[in-house]
Amino acid sequence: MVTTDSIRRSSARIAQMPSFALSVLWFLIHLLISIFFIVLGIADAVENYLISSGFLKRYDAINVGKLRYLAIVVDSEDAMQINKALKLLQWLTDIGVKHVCLYDSEGVLKKSKEIILERLSCAKLYEEGDEKSVLDSKTMIIEFTSQSDGKEALVRAANLLLKRLRSLGENQEEKIFTEAQMTEALKAVGSGGPEPDLLLVYGPARCHLGFPAWRLRYTEIVHMGPLDSMKYGSLLKSIYNFTLVRQNYGK
Amino acid sequence: MFLIRKPCQIHSNQLCAPDNTMEKEGICKFKQLFSYLGCFLRKFMFSILSVGPIPDHIAFIMDGNRRFAKKRHLLEGDGHKAGYESLISILNYCYQLGVKYITVYAFSIENFKRQPEEVQLLMDLMVEKIEDLLRNGSIVDKYGMRLYFVGNLGLLSSTVRAAAEKAMQATAHNSRAVLLICVAYTSSNEMVHAVNQAIRKNEFDSVEEEHIEKVPMIKINDIKRHMYMSVAPDPDIVIRSSGETRLSNFLLWQTAYSPLYSPTALWPEISIWHLIWVVLDFQRKYAYLQKKRKQP
Repeated sequence: MVTTDSIRRSSARIAQMPSFALSVLWFLIHLLISIFFIVLGIADAVENYLISSGFLKRYDAINVGKLRYLAIVVDSEDAMQINKALKLLQWLTDIGVKHVCLYDSEGVLKKSKEIILERLSCAKLYEEGDEKSVLDSKTMIIEFTSQSDGKEALVRAANLLLKRLRSLGENQEEKIFTEAQMTEALKAVGSGGPEPDLLLVYGPARCHLGFPAWRLRYTEIVHMGPLDSMKYGSLLKSIYNFTLVRQNYGK
Repeated sequence: MFLIRKPCQIHSNQLCAPDNTMEKEGICKFKQLFSYLGCFLRKFMFSILSVGPIPDHIAFIMDGNRRFAKKRHLLEGDGHKAGYESLISILNYCYQLGVKYITVYAFSIENFKRQPEEVQLLMDLMVEKIEDLLRNGSIVDKYGMRLYFVGNLGLLSSTVRAAAEKAMQATAHNSRAVLLICVAYTSSNEMVHAVNQAIRKNEFDSVEEEHIEKVPMIKINDIKRHMYMSVAPDPDIVIRSSGETRLSNFLLWQTAYSPLYSPTALWPEISIWHLIWVVLDFQRKYAYLQKKRKQP
């Protein structure tokens, strides 16, 4: 027997159907995208094999001298895999990269810096002024950074400028600090490293995760995927593509 | 719920001239039908996307206007005009999708180093387009848009600065959608400005010598509060057209957890499909990005 309740229930079901249909469509679209990325992953793996084996000749002679300073951002959970980080650094040494800045927001890599430097035979810790030094063919300088070198460093630099203002007896209302003075204050608080030319992000998304903002102005940012699935061929390809980039710097 | 809340309205005078012949009227009707279908398809697609999380704030680096002009053998100014038309399209799509805040990198402090004629052309175009935006029936009216001009406005000429300030005042009562136009802006300039403001507002100077150590120094929120971009939340996504992979001194402080997308299309060639693709990818990474944002 048809009752008011059954009509009401049927109407509710019909009203819900379009939302349900949209959800199904949404899910299907995301499923298709996931399949697309799986296929892309297979293609990348094949390309990586070809690059690593030397079949693609253009990657044989990379002008790595153009890459003066490389930064690597690692998701802090991935950074716990110190062996992976060591393998990556060894690859970079083999490629000939001279200056590397390692960043993870929680400072996991920073805490393990002694272990890392010990296990890499030709690495030394970054000191201010190192960017100008001439290195022999095997040595690599490594800088370790975390979120304390990002926004927190800017705050420390601001407080340093404030203290200097006070000690000089200058009027806070009138003094305006410039970008050059900010750079110098950042150096004074220990966060004055050079700007990387290239930043490789090892993590699920292409974000810089709080890398020191002051040093990111014209840095090329490339996403490498999770550290777990890092590949030598992809690393070589990213560095090669960087050497082809030409910047206008706003002009 | 899949309902077309506002049916697609195609104004016939946009597509058909009043003095059409029979043949032209047929073509006109076809164009109207095509537009209606396009509108319907867009709304349908947006309804599907809305099942998942929609970004609250998207930032765009509008790169490639000059290359577009060169590619199409146009005058350089026409490249920037095409870029403006592209911006209006993208704004329409974003606000229809439900994005509330949009930030665009219109003019960097570094761009002042370009040829003076090009800088003047851009400034004149900016004044002209600000006036267009303030007219009745413009996109500002359509979406109840509030305009902010973000940057070191003191570097602009008095004409441009006056136009920007007039636009900000005229739209100050709007709150449904927000458009932040970065002009005479760089992130490093913004950070230094925020530090200077935080220093200026600090009460350090008024404290007696013996109490100095107890006075709170500048904290991170003091700097955050004085950023030009403090009027909006951090962007969920940054999109840079033309395939370039750098931020070029744009929102460096605000983009720690904002994925950067670099479609190869030049800015005037950016389409709804680029936006749809970016939003779909953002939805795939949403859980990870939320987890990162909530970490201390």
